[in-house]
Amino acid sequence: MSTQSTRLASRLMVAPSVLLLLVWMIVPLAMTLYFSFRFYRLLSPDRTGWVGINNYTWFFRAPDFWLAMFNTLALVGGVLIITVVLGTLIALLIDQPVKGQGVLRILVIAPFFVMPPVAASIWENLFMHPQNGLFAAASKALGYDPILFLEHYPLLSVIGIVSWEWLPFATLILLTAMQSLSSEQLEAAEMDGAPAFARFRYIVLPHLTRAITVVILIQTIFLLGIFGEIYTTTQGGPGSASTTLPYMIFKQAIVAKDIGRAAAGGIIAVVLANIIAFFLMRGMGRHLDN
Amino acid sequence: MARAVSPSRKFWTTLAAWSVALVIFFPVFWMVLTSFKTEASAVATPPQLFSAEWTLANYQDVWARSDYPRFFWNSVVIALGSTLLGLAIAIPAAWSMAFVPGKRTKDLLMWMLSTKMMPAVAVMVPLYLVFQKLGLFDTRIGLVLALMLMNLPIIIWMLYTYFREIPGEILEAARMDGASLWNEIIYVLTPMAVPGIASTLLLNVILAWNEAFWTITLTTTKAAPLSAFIASFSAPQGLFYAKLSAASTMAIAPILILGWFSQKQLVRGLTFGAVK
Repeated sequence: MSTQSTRLASRLMVAPSVLLLLVWMIVPLAMTLYFSFRFYRLLSPDRTGWVGINNYTWFFRAPDFWLAMFNTLALVGGVLIITVVLGTLIALLIDQPVKGQGVLRILVIAPFFVMPPVAASIWENLFMHPQNGLFAAASKALGYDPILFLEHYPLLSVIGIVSWEWLPFATLILLTAMQSLSSEQLEAAEMDGAPAFARFRYIVLPHLTRAITVVILIQTIFLLGIFGEIYTTTQGGPGSASTTLPYMIFKQAIVAKDIGRAAAGGIIAVVLANIIAFFLMRGMGRHLDN
Repeated sequence: MARAVSPSRKFWTTLAAWSVALVIFFPVFWMVLTSFKTEASAVATPPQLFSAEWTLANYQDVWARSDYPRFFWNSVVIALGSTLLGLAIAIPAAWSMAFVPGKRTKDLLMWMLSTKMMPAVAVMVPLYLVFQKLGLFDTRIGLVLALMLMNLPIIIWMLYTYFREIPGEILEAARMDGASLWNEIIYVLTPMAVPGIASTLLLNVILAWNEAFWTITLTTTKAAPLSAFIASFSAPQGLFYAKLSAASTMAIAPILILGWFSQKQLVRGLTFGAVK
């Protein structure tokens, strides 16, 4: 049914999106690539020129570079694990015949509507603050010293905050997927005496593969660029304990005002994102096809 | 998956589900509660739940100290503008990908998504310079464009997964009746796709409302939305808890209320094709 003219029309309809995204991607990328080989410091505007790969070697030799790489992957991986595991458990729970499912959903979805700077400052001030936070009050009530979350466990604290923000997304997608599972299959398995865990492992989980794939894909896209939560809470510290690659780039651009080095870091981040994207899409494309 | 279960099991699962949901919701609840306390009450030890001194002064202070209506209006224009513009560009693209798929359609979709993987910080300076040069810096139209482009891949993907669920036979029937391509899109496809378009719209308004990197980097005063408004309040850490909470509540309340009211449409659309 698709004639020559339909094909042409369909090309024309995709063209604007492709062109816009191409420009949106290529222009900043080309500029970043150019800057990454230049001497470009806002504090010494008179000096310019090519510096070869100096900006890159600076980045690779920076004492906190590998830590930042590790932190970036730990943040993405940690949040993915927490949200997928907890999301599945919570979805299983809400999917049971419980009273007030509608209200439950409203409560669970709430963090999704909280913008990152607000989420970060609620957690930092109202909960994790060593004097006035609710956690400190709870510790004191139990007779313990308050835990210094952002000082002693900065990366874990950030992972916790970001997981709270993304948990609703994972839970709701997994819940929707669970609700599309036919109950007959489960009832049959139950009658045949399959224990609860086996029913989950062999019936529910395979049904969720696609949903889990989607959750991982979408969340990774957003998590690779996480910045605001770190900026608001730990500022990458103490030391570099919670510095991620995006945060390291930000420090070079805004604090050190070295645009050349920041650009080199940007290119490294883009390469890292592409490596992850490659594996992700290879591994996941399979599940998403049809 | 709903099945008949014994009353005692229902009691325990209900109890467990409600406990978990309340824990997840608690930070938002505590923030709203704190916003109505006096500053002294907000930091009192032990924390005060019912014994607190209640006041509206925080809201009055925040309102007097900053131009909330302007930030609010900027947020509305930017979130809605970027989403509507994105939909206008994405609907034809998603339509043709869903109904006239080529060999490379899947790769094209994946490529579009991968453009979102570029960390914003990595291209902050170039984009800042381009925006300055084009006169888009600190303008609402600039942010509408930036957020539209940022969310375009998500919009296209969501619409694509909806459109694919629409049976092709209906379109063929319309074509047999002599409907042109545009008529087909406007009169046949769009009505069937309205639920999908609605949830795409909702999700993207939320994403744009909550975007807090470009909205802060690319504005100073004129076009700054609520994400920038809240950033200006979180500076004096540990001091003004009640005021910070009031400002936070004011920043998230509009989208929280919208989200709660349209929760059903949103959740239905939040599958990204995860459910077959």
